[in-house]
Amino acid sequence: MLDLNLVWFGLVGVLLTGYAILDGFDLGVGALHLLTKKDEHRRLMINAIGPVWDGNEVWLVTFGGALFAAFPEVYATVFSGFYLAFMLVLCVLIFRAVAIEFRSKLPLRWWRRMWDVSFSVASIAVSLLLGVAFGNIVWGVPLSAEREFAGTFLGLLHPYALLVGVTTLALFMMHGAIYTVLKTEGELHAQARGWVNSAIIFFVLCYGLTTMATLLCLPHMSQPMRDYPVFFAVPVLTMLAIANIPREIHRGHDVAAFFSSAAAMAGLMALVAIGIFPHLVLSRPNPELSLTIYNAASSPKTLRIMLVIAGIGVPIVLAYTAGIYYIFRGKVKLDPMSY
Amino acid sequence: MDPGLLSRIQFGLTASFHYIYPPLSIGLGVILVLTEALALKTRNPLFQQMTRFWTRIFGLIFALGVATGVVLEFQFGTNWSTYSRFVGDVFGSALAAEGIFAFFLESGFLAILLFGWDKVSPRVHMFSTVMVALGAHFSAIWIVVANSWMQTPAGFHLVQAALRQRAEITDFWTMVFNPSAMVRLSHAVLGAWQAAAFFVLSVSAYYLLRRQHLEFAKASMRIGLVVAVVASLGSFATGHQSALLVSRYQPAKLAAMEGHYPASAPAPLSLFGWVDEKAERVVGTTVPGMLSFLVHGDTTKPVTGLAAFPPADRPPVQPVFQAYHAMVGIGMGLIGLAFLGAFLWWRGTLFETRWLLWVYVFAVLGPQAANQLGWFTAEVGRQPWIVYGLMRTKDAVSPALSVGQALTSLAMFLTIYLALFVLFIYLLDQKIRHGPAADDLEMAYHRR
Repeated sequence: MLDLNLVWFGLVGVLLTGYAILDGFDLGVGALHLLTKKDEHRRLMINAIGPVWDGNEVWLVTFGGALFAAFPEVYATVFSGFYLAFMLVLCVLIFRAVAIEFRSKLPLRWWRRMWDVSFSVASIAVSLLLGVAFGNIVWGVPLSAEREFAGTFLGLLHPYALLVGVTTLALFMMHGAIYTVLKTEGELHAQARGWVNSAIIFFVLCYGLTTMATLLCLPHMSQPMRDYPVFFAVPVLTMLAIANIPREIHRGHDVAAFFSSAAAMAGLMALVAIGIFPHLVLSRPNPELSLTIYNAASSPKTLRIMLVIAGIGVPIVLAYTAGIYYIFRGKVKLDPMSY
Repeated sequence: MDPGLLSRIQFGLTASFHYIYPPLSIGLGVILVLTEALALKTRNPLFQQMTRFWTRIFGLIFALGVATGVVLEFQFGTNWSTYSRFVGDVFGSALAAEGIFAFFLESGFLAILLFGWDKVSPRVHMFSTVMVALGAHFSAIWIVVANSWMQTPAGFHLVQAALRQRAEITDFWTMVFNPSAMVRLSHAVLGAWQAAAFFVLSVSAYYLLRRQHLEFAKASMRIGLVVAVVASLGSFATGHQSALLVSRYQPAKLAAMEGHYPASAPAPLSLFGWVDEKAERVVGTTVPGMLSFLVHGDTTKPVTGLAAFPPADRPPVQPVFQAYHAMVGIGMGLIGLAFLGAFLWWRGTLFETRWLLWVYVFAVLGPQAANQLGWFTAEVGRQPWIVYGLMRTKDAVSPALSVGQALTSLAMFLTIYLALFVLFIYLLDQKIRHGPAADDLEMAYHRR
């Protein structure tokens, strides 16, 4: 018997992982943007993500739609509960889109500098805020019996959530640095290689801290591994993927490094999924009020209909997305249609 | 002040501001498909130049559409969580389908449309343009289906869940083809085509008046006129159909649109006027029995009026009446403008009729206003319901939302959107002044 709720837990996770891997590299490129000084280099950075960034953001939008359809209670509780945080994310996403679009439209120095700063600050802020939101989901949030968020905005900014926020930023910066190495040549390429090494160190430090904090403060996250040792494969494979990144970079296999980094991100998401299952929003301090994949879901009929929609849609999306990435493979060049 | 009112203002603001852009990209998508197909078929460099120029404009409009659209996907959850819990089982699937079938398609192939000129063959580029246009239309399909379900709910039943009642799907296709969905969809899409057609007419007329880019402007104007004539007539026909559906499924909305109060009496049609809400009548020019005729084909048959509904179930009358009449008036004017242009084209004097060209320069605002007023009529006319007959708007607001939070976000969006709009107009103006580049003639299709 197919557990539809479990399937949708997986599918929503896949959408969020797809978002992290794809928008992760363009947010990372944005976070690193101000480290380049020359206008030409900054244009190259933006045009490296130029054809794909808005498609990457669609993963977030579709994740929102899928969450609404499959787990409406979670969609309602989380977005109304994290109101100011999400409004901030939305505003910052608007700024970022506009900065990419408008930056190179005028040749004025102050104009470009203004949008460069907007683009970079917005990319950093989105990464941090999404990470903080994610940290809160893992940590748990106060919920009322009516399934409404019962905390405050400042209450969301506790140390664990902030740590996850910084770790997310570090992860995206590492991912974005590898992507920059992949898409550029010459001077910028050499500079980006340096970023990769620093970013890996920054990320591994953050990741180590987060792991320790999780093991110490959140025993439920590692309980499944004690119960089913087979799950230990996930953190081990994730560690191997992370360790493989500097190795591939060192050997000049930039594509392999990028896929390693993507695999590491998928591994991290799988770790979180295993840890929180079957909860989607953990209630703290009253775990019995938590939203789970069973009590927060749509009817089986809707889950089945949605599975058909996803079954038709997702393979097509993956096919042409891969095709488009293939068409835009190779080093980025500036031409008259560029940003 | 309560969070509900602020949320309504915020949703209205963000949705209206967003809706400046999608109609233009839906309609320009169609126009790009036309010009690129002509370029591919005739090998005439003029059509290539047109495709390149309108693609650049499309790129700017699309970016604003994406930037302002993301907000809407999440606003149901942030501000209308009780609504989201109630309808998620039904409404959510339409929204998710929009993401999977429309947004990915549109944004994915947009990459090739904008940046792929030298990377793919002309045929693959043409295919990408078609996919972008198709994606834009798919997006219209799912969002209008979702909204139409709120107007004329179908294909669901109410189920008592653990904490509260909610709507659950019984038949997906009945939900998708709910009574008003297809008519409202065609009306919205044709309104979008009108918006783009009059946009193209405006820019072309401007060039003709300035005696710039003459060949480009003439060719663009001809294509714009063809689309304008088709879309204006289509809007008229689907608008009538849509009003008939309103009379059948949402009689209170129709009564507000016409300011018709008697519970059941033959009704006149107001051409324009002012609703005297105290005296419960319309002051203005009316055609006796005409509304009855339009609804029933008989001037003496009764039409349900506002008195048939308890005051708590009536929509605001004056705003709905005025918005509806302004939309119809503008729509009629646009039909006139489109046909006048087509007639002068046939007579061969279109490009010398300077006063009409001047009117065209400003007529770009007509479809924009009509589209906004149309949605205003549809959404305000549905009040006090958020889902017609099932859930009231005041019961749909997020309980966790405070006045302070709602005010903060509203102020934030108001500021950002105003700034964005100024920037958009400035950059659009720059692009239009810059005009179609001479090298667009050679640049297209390097690989040929």
